[in-house]
Amino acid sequence: MKKYTLNINKKSLVIEAEPDTPLLWVIRDYAGLKGTKFGCGLGLCGACTVHLDGQPVRSCQTPVSTLKPSSKITTIEGISANIDHVVQKAWIEEQVPQCGYCQSGQIMSAVALLKANPHPTDEEIDTYMSGNLCRCGTYIRIRKAIHRAAGDLSK
Amino acid sequence: MKTINRQRENSHVENRRNFLRKLGFSGAAFVIGIKYGEGHQEISNLSEALLSQDISFNLSPYIIIEKSGKITLFNTKPDMGQGTFQSIPALIAEELEVEKYEIKQSGGEKIFGNGQSSGGSYSVRGSYFELRKVGAAAREMLITAAATTWKVPVSECYASNAKVFHKPSGKSLDYGSLAETASKLETPSNPVLKDPKDFKILGKSMKRPDIPGKVSGKTIFGIDVQVPGMVYASVERCPVFGAKLKSFDKSEAMKVAGVEQVITVERVFGIYKSVGVAVIAKNYWAALKGRKALKIEWDYQGHGDFNTDDYFQKLRELSKSEGVVDKSVGDFDQAYKDSSKKVEAFYETPFVSHSPMEAMNCTAHWKENDKLEIWASTQVPSDIIDEIPAMFKLKTEDVTLHTCFNGGGFGRRLSNDFVIEAVNIARAIKKPVKVIWTREDDTRQGPFRPVTFSALKGAVNEDGKLVAFQHKVISPTIMSFLNPAFDKTKVDETMVEGISHQDYQIPNMKNSFVFADIHIPMFWWRSVTSSTLAFSHECFIDELAVAAGKDPMAFRLDMLKEDADSKRVLQKLKEVSKWDTPLPKGKGRGVAQYLFFAGLGAQVFEVSKLSDNSVKIDKVYAVIDLGTVVNPDTVKAQVEGAIAMGITAATKPGITFSEGSTVQSNFHDNPIMRLPEMPEVEVHILADGGKTIKGVGEPGLPPVAPALANAIFAATGVRIRKMPFELDNLV
Repeated sequence: MKKYTLNINKKSLVIEAEPDTPLLWVIRDYAGLKGTKFGCGLGLCGACTVHLDGQPVRSCQTPVSTLKPSSKITTIEGISANIDHVVQKAWIEEQVPQCGYCQSGQIMSAVALLKANPHPTDEEIDTYMSGNLCRCGTYIRIRKAIHRAAGDLSK
Repeated sequence: MKTINRQRENSHVENRRNFLRKLGFSGAAFVIGIKYGEGHQEISNLSEALLSQDISFNLSPYIIIEKSGKITLFNTKPDMGQGTFQSIPALIAEELEVEKYEIKQSGGEKIFGNGQSSGGSYSVRGSYFELRKVGAAAREMLITAAATTWKVPVSECYASNAKVFHKPSGKSLDYGSLAETASKLETPSNPVLKDPKDFKILGKSMKRPDIPGKVSGKTIFGIDVQVPGMVYASVERCPVFGAKLKSFDKSEAMKVAGVEQVITVERVFGIYKSVGVAVIAKNYWAALKGRKALKIEWDYQGHGDFNTDDYFQKLRELSKSEGVVDKSVGDFDQAYKDSSKKVEAFYETPFVSHSPMEAMNCTAHWKENDKLEIWASTQVPSDIIDEIPAMFKLKTEDVTLHTCFNGGGFGRRLSNDFVIEAVNIARAIKKPVKVIWTREDDTRQGPFRPVTFSALKGAVNEDGKLVAFQHKVISPTIMSFLNPAFDKTKVDETMVEGISHQDYQIPNMKNSFVFADIHIPMFWWRSVTSSTLAFSHECFIDELAVAAGKDPMAFRLDMLKEDADSKRVLQKLKEVSKWDTPLPKGKGRGVAQYLFFAGLGAQVFEVSKLSDNSVKIDKVYAVIDLGTVVNPDTVKAQVEGAIAMGITAATKPGITFSEGSTVQSNFHDNPIMRLPEMPEVEVHILADGGKTIKGVGEPGLPPVAPALANAIFAATGVRIRKMPFELDNLV
């Protein structure tokens, strides 16, 4: 067991964990933030996507020992206090989620996409979002919601 | 002894009296629900019963109006993404004339009856009139309460937005202040339902109340449950189906920091039972590492050689046997023999996994006083409350279930195998424990959707009319696992779904079933056997249309009577897909429809030929026949999702077995469709007419594979008779 100091959603957290513990389980079971989901454990589905210093990462493939005390981790709970992030609002407007389980990861990817590319084309959305699986098949609405959010951002 | 007994009795009564208090209703005044009896049910005023009497277990409250004006409606159909959290309470709210209300998900309490389950596309259609009547009865009672208070005729009063208004004077009273008076009234046995033209909620694309939680990480799925003092478990189950645990060495596992215990645990799926080894630890990562350090010896019980290649060969051989007749019309044998234009084909489909994004998991706490608490993402709260107390010899009232939002279900969560396993662990360790399946466990351990193989024969006459048709299904069955008294000599109706019940008028037809044994657990999967039988059935209809020299749409329409639901659906589809407008060279259209237990859907796929053996899906036109629609946007979402799931099932590898085990393990070798592969989808809802109210969740799936395969034939001339097929490697 080793001691780690983490910064999750602008809050400092000191934990004791095995060095190989994935960030996913640290976020869920040490920080108690359940919005980040376990989907595959191999970085194949994107359900566990969080931002590490603004970049989307698969938290199930990020051992806690690789994080620096200065690393800023943002989870779905950290993108807005009142469900009013432009991407969340677009997701509600387009009624994207069905079961909703993959949507935290979808939204974290979409937020990162729009930060890097505020006006993505369909092809750019396809490429960027292809790592996030949705078994319910909400893909059509994910595309629409990203375009809507991009439109709202430029208003 | 007597004192103890009396204390027990008192606490028993107290528990029931406390039902509402436990749910957080302190000032409850007016409670309306359904009283279930032997073979009948009636809407009932439960205000008195729930508050002051020792209630029996057959009173289901659906509406609670508190004096404060707070209105609570219950949803008894677990939400797995299909939108019941909105659509079920909406049935009540429409008639009750309320816009703002809290929704509570029932947890399987006996009080809510045996209907607490989501499956078979049944939730909305099964509740449509019953729950509207509950709302209407409450509305009428509140109106009567207001009229009595004002000493005016009931006919001068109406309800709107949780208030009763007196038309002539314009005065009003809110539901909260009427609750107590209303609670003392008799329940109208035949409340008048609203005219659909006055609907404010039903038939409108209302926003789902569960969505804000799902875009902010706040929704609690089963896997998110946190109980004080909770430990975690991961279970190593034998990869070979039907194997037995011989021995295990836990010494290395116990050395992993955080591991507390290693125990054996039984999983029960119908008649299929297996024993695994559970590692219990302070955190999930430690449980996983401990599991990897286990040394286990299994006895394969002779199942170590099982593989899909041999099994499929066995099914092909079985197809030569006669089978048991499902349905016979006219004289198929004679008509087929006499015909000059005969077609024969053999179709094959794969095993598939459900793979909901939330892998199986369950949290259970077996307390010292033999009270059990369970938290689960489940489609079947009622089954859990029926089965668990019986299996574990507990009193029903000592088992509490918390039904969580399901991170996908697709039929997988109709089974309680993962709950039973968690309860077994909880009983052994007497601590709250969360058992989480890895994705590999979820992919490899089943239960799976069974394969169906189909031997088809058909004949058309000189006029291009279908005169003889035979569909013989060869398959393992689900019921042989669920029903210990399963009779292999009879037709398993769940394995011949729809093949004898299409609207097509065929003068000579003989359909049959050949049972194939298997030891690997099989289970319901979104649209079940219709997801494979529609493929063989509707592709073969296309083959017959070609043999008859007819257009596939016209060939189908010609076989349908004017008043058939399928006729209306195909006519609509023909119109919206612009079927009669020719496509440019290199493009093709395919059509399919399927009528089955869940309802009726039809689709046209448009594909582009990229090379001799590859195509791309351009667009899907879908029609779903409902009779009535509660939330059109939810219906569209369900059809879009069913199409995605159908394309995955048709074009991705599926599940295969080798050396007794599942070959696939995770999303790399058991892939599901990704965003770039999702085609444009246009959904049309038929909500007027139709003989019955039909379901929403499943009917979008069966037409997918046959409409796609028929479109591929139209574009390329390649006839596909085997699922899965690869869009970029057609053979």
